[in-house]
Amino acid sequence: MRTLRLPRSPKVLLGLGILTFFIIMTVIGPWLAPYNPSATDFLPNTGPSAHHWLGTTSLGQDIFSQLLVGARATMVVALLAGLVATALSMTIGVAAGYLGGYTDDGLSLLSNVFLAIPGLPLLIVIDSYLPVNSRSNAFVIGLVISLTGWAWGARVLRAQTMSLRNRDFVEAARIIGEKRWRIMLSEIAPNLLPVLASSLLFTVLYAIGAYVTLAYIGLTSTSVWNWGTILYWAQSNNAPLSNEWYWFVPPGICIALVGTGLALVNFGIDEFINPRLRAAGLTSKQRRSLGLPRRVRLGFTPVLRSARPGVVAPTNAQAASQ
Amino acid sequence: MRMIARRLGLYALTAWVAITVNFILPRLMPGNPIQTLIGKLQGQVTPNEINAIKLSFGDVKGGFISDYVTYIGQLFHGNLGVSITLGAPVSSILRETVPWTVGLIGISTIISFCVGTFAGAMLGWMRGSRLDTLIPTATFFQAIPYFFLGTVMLLIFGSHLGWFPVLGAYSSNVTPGWNWAFVASVVRYGELPVISIVLSSIAGWMLGMRNMMITMIGEDFVLMAVAKGLPRRKVIVHAARNAVLPSIANLSLAIGLVVSGALLVELVFNYPGVGDLLLQAVLNEDYPLIQGIFLVITLTVLCANLIADVVYLALDPRTRTEAAV
Repeated sequence: MRTLRLPRSPKVLLGLGILTFFIIMTVIGPWLAPYNPSATDFLPNTGPSAHHWLGTTSLGQDIFSQLLVGARATMVVALLAGLVATALSMTIGVAAGYLGGYTDDGLSLLSNVFLAIPGLPLLIVIDSYLPVNSRSNAFVIGLVISLTGWAWGARVLRAQTMSLRNRDFVEAARIIGEKRWRIMLSEIAPNLLPVLASSLLFTVLYAIGAYVTLAYIGLTSTSVWNWGTILYWAQSNNAPLSNEWYWFVPPGICIALVGTGLALVNFGIDEFINPRLRAAGLTSKQRRSLGLPRRVRLGFTPVLRSARPGVVAPTNAQAASQ
Repeated sequence: MRMIARRLGLYALTAWVAITVNFILPRLMPGNPIQTLIGKLQGQVTPNEINAIKLSFGDVKGGFISDYVTYIGQLFHGNLGVSITLGAPVSSILRETVPWTVGLIGISTIISFCVGTFAGAMLGWMRGSRLDTLIPTATFFQAIPYFFLGTVMLLIFGSHLGWFPVLGAYSSNVTPGWNWAFVASVVRYGELPVISIVLSSIAGWMLGMRNMMITMIGEDFVLMAVAKGLPRRKVIVHAARNAVLPSIANLSLAIGLVVSGALLVELVFNYPGVGDLLLQAVLNEDYPLIQGIFLVITLTVLCANLIADVVYLALDPRTRTEAAV
């Protein structure tokens, strides 16, 4: 079983750093918040100051507190939706890829249908029918988002499962007489780990986007603070046009940073899966220290084969000199 | 063409699922949103209109199946019900707004795909060079929600610098129609929304193409092309032509995502398309309008998917021979 080892490239480290920062913010954000985010105790529409780092809203609420408190709801919904969607896509993808036949046809058709329906409009239709008290429920929203976001992962996992299905170790397990669900769970699933991780990151990314968008158009309860709600209030109070950048820019930057972090870590996973990309992701300095040619020549895509990419690798140049 | 037939079947099925979701959803939800709605409308509309609303939402106890058949029959006649807030048939409202959306999103997607693929091919070819620093930047742009990037662009380039006109799709002092002044005005007002959609969506094409290109350069046929002594430009074209196929195969999937994001850009720019309408419908709980918009968007995306599939089929001879077998 191959475990997932991320290459230690600057990109991946940066991504991990960003994610760690926001995870800490998710956990302790609400305690760090200096004020109650809904309290309307302050002078409205003030710019950033020592008391209010990001100024106040037109109702006199502290924006910095809203940002800190909002991190939790945003991240929790995104993570929940990501996990549920990934579990769904793994079940459906592995079952379709391994069982084949009519099961495969049916499940593939199902995921293709969900891929073809544009996600956000569907999400809006479903969400607009939810009773108002479920709209503030992170669990319900997370589930609805995961319902529209699992199909892509299922497709990727199905393809990967199909390529694993006829490998020798799976064949061996089949000959021993292992049950089918056991083969899927303990022979195939562990080998899907990198693909699974990458699909989780993508679904979390999708879920953040979807949740924030729903909140931005006012479809989640406006009493729950998340980054989208802040943007909703900013937009409905015309903050963008009246120059109150401190109101709507910080939540947007936070969303983009979390997304960038997820995508950067995903690069690492991609490079882990595809060794050709791994060599391409190196900086010229690392390239030199590994003895790879600086300018890559055609027909020779260098492939790093060391156990720990980016640390020590026996290279062609060294082998030739010995 | 078996492949096209199969895709057609898939899209027909998808359309049917979308229609069915539209039909079932109001009937599934707890708390009966329609009752609430009718309660709100009491006194504002005639009893006749309330009856029409009840009919289109299945509040009449007419049996599930017969309701369903009636519903689908109405759809085939282009009848999407009547908008509650605007008081006009949903289909005629959509007829005015959909062309704006299709134009804006279609043009942006084509630009974004072409430029992104070209840039991705270059990045893949020159991998390991300084250009690679573009990748985290592109990723950052990709992670920004479309509507947020749109807002920031509107603020900086529209209101602050005044380089672009803001809000709306054309200037108020031209008359809509096929005259030069109007077309020029539409193009001018479309620039900023198009740029912001392109910026948000380009990174995906670029990164996908780069990764495919890197994989492709390791193939023997590229080495062969170099060995033959082809000029570098031709070798790149050679590799890129093969690397672009997965991107085109993914095009039909990506369109749905782009449309979802771009709808909100319309909202930011007050563009008279479906996105803005959708927001109004959501705020006013105008269910017939929301459902009509969902249906029309889905059908449009399916048509776009079909076009992408046909293009793919035309470009990749391998799929053609497979289809013939």
